[in-house]
Amino acid sequence: MNELALASFAAANDAHLVGEPRSARFAAFKAGFDSAVELERLRALGFRFLARSDPGFPTLLRAIHDPPPGLFLRGEAETALLARPAVAIVGARACSAYGRQIARSLGRELAAAGLVVVSGLARGVDAEAHRGALEASGTTAAVLGCGIDRDYPAANRELARQIAATGLVVSEYAPGVEPAPWRFPARNRIVAGLCAATVVVEARERSGALISADFALEEGREVFAVPGEITSALSAGSNALLRLGATPLTCAQDVLESYGIAAPEPPQLEVGATAATVLERVRESAAGADELARATGLGAGELAAALTELELAGAVTQEEGIYRACS
Amino acid sequence: MTHALVGLESRRVEVEAHIDGGLPGFAIVGLADRACAEAKHRVRSGICSAQLEWPLKRITVNLAPAGLRKEGSGFDLSIALAVLAASQQVSPERLAEHAAIGELALDGRVRPVRGAFAVAEGARRSGLDRIICAPESACEAELGGVEAIPVRHLAEAVAYLRGELRPPPVDPPDEAAEPDPPDLADVRGQERARRALELAATGGHNLLLAGPPGTGKTMLGRRLPSILPPLEPREALEVMRIHSVAGVLPPEQPLITRRPFRAPHHSASTAAIVGGGAGPRPGEASLAHRGVLLLDELPEFQRPVLEALRQPLEDGMISIARAAGQALFPARFQLVATMNLCPCAGRGDPAAECSCSPQRLAAFRDKLSRALLDRFDLIVTVPRPQAEELAAGPSEPSAPVRERVAAGRLRLSRVLPARTAEADELLSRAVERLPLSGRGRARVARVARTAAALAGADAVLPEHVAEALAYRSPKELSV
Repeated sequence: MNELALASFAAANDAHLVGEPRSARFAAFKAGFDSAVELERLRALGFRFLARSDPGFPTLLRAIHDPPPGLFLRGEAETALLARPAVAIVGARACSAYGRQIARSLGRELAAAGLVVVSGLARGVDAEAHRGALEASGTTAAVLGCGIDRDYPAANRELARQIAATGLVVSEYAPGVEPAPWRFPARNRIVAGLCAATVVVEARERSGALISADFALEEGREVFAVPGEITSALSAGSNALLRLGATPLTCAQDVLESYGIAAPEPPQLEVGATAATVLERVRESAAGADELARATGLGAGELAAALTELELAGAVTQEEGIYRACS
Repeated sequence: MTHALVGLESRRVEVEAHIDGGLPGFAIVGLADRACAEAKHRVRSGICSAQLEWPLKRITVNLAPAGLRKEGSGFDLSIALAVLAASQQVSPERLAEHAAIGELALDGRVRPVRGAFAVAEGARRSGLDRIICAPESACEAELGGVEAIPVRHLAEAVAYLRGELRPPPVDPPDEAAEPDPPDLADVRGQERARRALELAATGGHNLLLAGPPGTGKTMLGRRLPSILPPLEPREALEVMRIHSVAGVLPPEQPLITRRPFRAPHHSASTAAIVGGGAGPRPGEASLAHRGVLLLDELPEFQRPVLEALRQPLEDGMISIARAAGQALFPARFQLVATMNLCPCAGRGDPAAECSCSPQRLAAFRDKLSRALLDRFDLIVTVPRPQAEELAAGPSEPSAPVRERVAAGRLRLSRVLPARTAEADELLSRAVERLPLSGRGRARVARVARTAAALAGADAVLPEHVAEALAYRSPKELSV
C-alpha cells in the first residue's frame, strides 16, 4: 500500500508531503517497507488506516486540492462515519463564556439533528463543540495535528477517549508524530475538507480558525460565522468573515437548512410558572442572578430554585455568574 | 505553685525552694527553658529592689513535676515568693493557698504574661481559689473562676501575704465594650451572595465567594460575624482559653461574647495558620474557633497551608506532634474564602478581558485541590453589580438577618428536616444531569436542609433542593 508508506516516510522525516517524492531516499524507504507488517502493528495498537485509494475514503476530503495520503483512525466507529454529512465547528482556544456556550449548544443541536460534528480537539471552542455533540449522544470526529496516540492537548485526554468510544479521532500523521506549530494549519484543511459547511464560532484576527474558513472558501464550501460583539477583540476575526460575505449564524436551524435537514421538534419544556417568568427574562438577554432578581421581583432563594429548575431542564446555562438561555 | 501550659492544657506546677548552708548560690532545676532559667537574675534583682532580704545561702528552686518542660517568664513571681517563704519572710502556709503568675521586672514590678486565663482555670481545678498576678491579668484571671489578687510590685504581694494590704477589687469586664462588627447594610445589591451568607450563618456552612475584583467579596465575608448569634457561655470559655494561651486576649477587655473573626494574610505560613512552634501555640485556625476564618484570595495561599486546613475542616481539631509530645488545639471554625476567577482577574468582568494563557489558568485552578473545594458547601460566583444597584438605597441591615439566622439555627438544633419523596427525586435527577459527585450530593442535601429550616418548613421540599443546587461548585472552577 503506497499511501501508508508515504505517511510513514513523512512521519520518519518529520515532513509534510504533498505528492509522492521522486527522491532516491523515498525509493529506498519504500523498498524496505512492508505495509502488511505496519498494518499489523497499527492493529495491535487498536488503530486503523484509511488510504486515499480506499473506496471508503470520504469523497469531500478526496476532492480538496491537497488531500492527505490517508487517515489514521482511532475509535470504535465505522469508517463510513466520515462519509456522512458533517459540519465543522471551529473557533478560538481562548474564548469567552459566550463562545463556549454557543459552541456547546451548536454541537449539541447539530449532532442531535444527525450531523457529524467535526473539530480539532483544541481547548476552548473545539472542545466545547465535541462535548455538545457527546451530550446529545451524537457522533463527533476530532482531527488532530499530531499522531492519534498523542493526546494533545493533555487537558483533553479524557475528552479524546470519550470521542473515540463512539466516534473517531483521526489524523493524517502516523502514530508517534509530535505536535508542531506548522501541523495545525495543515490539520485545519482536513477539518474543513471533511465537511460541507464550516462554522466559525469565535475567532480573533489571524486566528487559526480563520485558516479553516479560508480552506472551506477555497474549496467552495459553505462558511458560517457567529456574530460577536463588535467591540470584543475575541470576535474580530469572525466578524471580519461576516463582512467578507460569510453567512451569519443565528441559530442551529441556519446550518440545518443549508443541509436540507428539518430541525427536530424542540422538546416541550415543563417548568413551573415562576421558572417560566424567569426564562422569559433570561431570553431577552443574559443576566446575573441579582439583575434577574430585580427584574422579576423574586427573592434570592426563590430565584435560585427557579434557575436550577431551568438549568436541569436544559433551558439555561450558567457561567461566571451569568445566566444565558439555550436557543 | 503555678501552672505551665502544654498546648491549651494547663498543668499544675509546684514551685519549691530549699535554702541550706554552704557557698551562696542560686539554681533552678526542673526542665526550665532559657527564658525560665533566666528567672534567677530577675528574681534576685526583684527581691533586692523590693527591699526584702536575699538570703546569702545556697538556694535551690525545683519546678515539679520535673519532667514537664516549662517555658516563659510566668514563673518569676512564684519563684520569688517561694524563695521568700523558704527564708520565712512570708508565711509558707498562707502562700500555699495561692497560685501566682507573672514576670518580674528588675525593679520588682510585676508584668503580665500570656495564658493567665488558662492558668487561673487550672488553679481552680487544683482547688485553689486565689491567684496573685499583675493588674493587667486580673480581669482575665477572674474569668477563669478564681479570685484575682492584682499586685503591681513584688512588695505589694509580700504586704498582701503578710496581711498588711488589701488589694483593690477587680472591675468586672464590660460587655458592651466589644466593638460592633461591620454591618450588612453597607453592602449594596448582591442579593444572591447575601442569601448565601444567611444560609452559611444558619447551617454553619463553609462559603466560597468567587468573582472579579471590586465586587464586594471581601466586604461580604467580613460581615458574616454580624449575623451570627453570640457565643454560648461554654463556647466563650473555649475561645478565651485559646486566645489567652496565644496572648491575644486584650487585657482591658478579656471577656469574649462575640464570635471571633480572623483574616490572616495570604503570605501566612503553615505554622501561623494551624499553629506550631517548639511549645506549640495556637494558629489562626484555632483563634477562629467557634467563629469565622476568612481567607481572602484563597489561591494566593501556599498550597501546604491550604492542605493543612483540611484536617480541622474535617474534625474541628488540630493536632500538632512535637518530639516532646502532642498538642491538641480545637479549631471548629467556619471558613469563608474569596477568589478571583483567573490570575489576571479579568474573567467574569464584562469591562475587562481575561488575558491568561490556558496554562496559567490551569496552574491557578490546580492550586485548589478537589479535596479542598469539596469542603465548601456554598460556592457563589459574584458578578460585578450594576450601576443601578450601587445607586440604590441602603440594604437590609444585619439585625433582622441575625434574627432569622437564630430562628433557623434553633429549628436545626431541634429536629433535622427530612427530604420529601419529590425532593429526593429532584436530587437524584440532578446528580445524573449535572456533574455532581457523591460528596457534592451530600453537600447539596445539607444546604437544602438549612434552606428548609430558614423557610420554617417541616420537611425539605424540592424548591429547597433546587436552591441548594444553585450554590454547587461551578464548572469553571473544576479543571
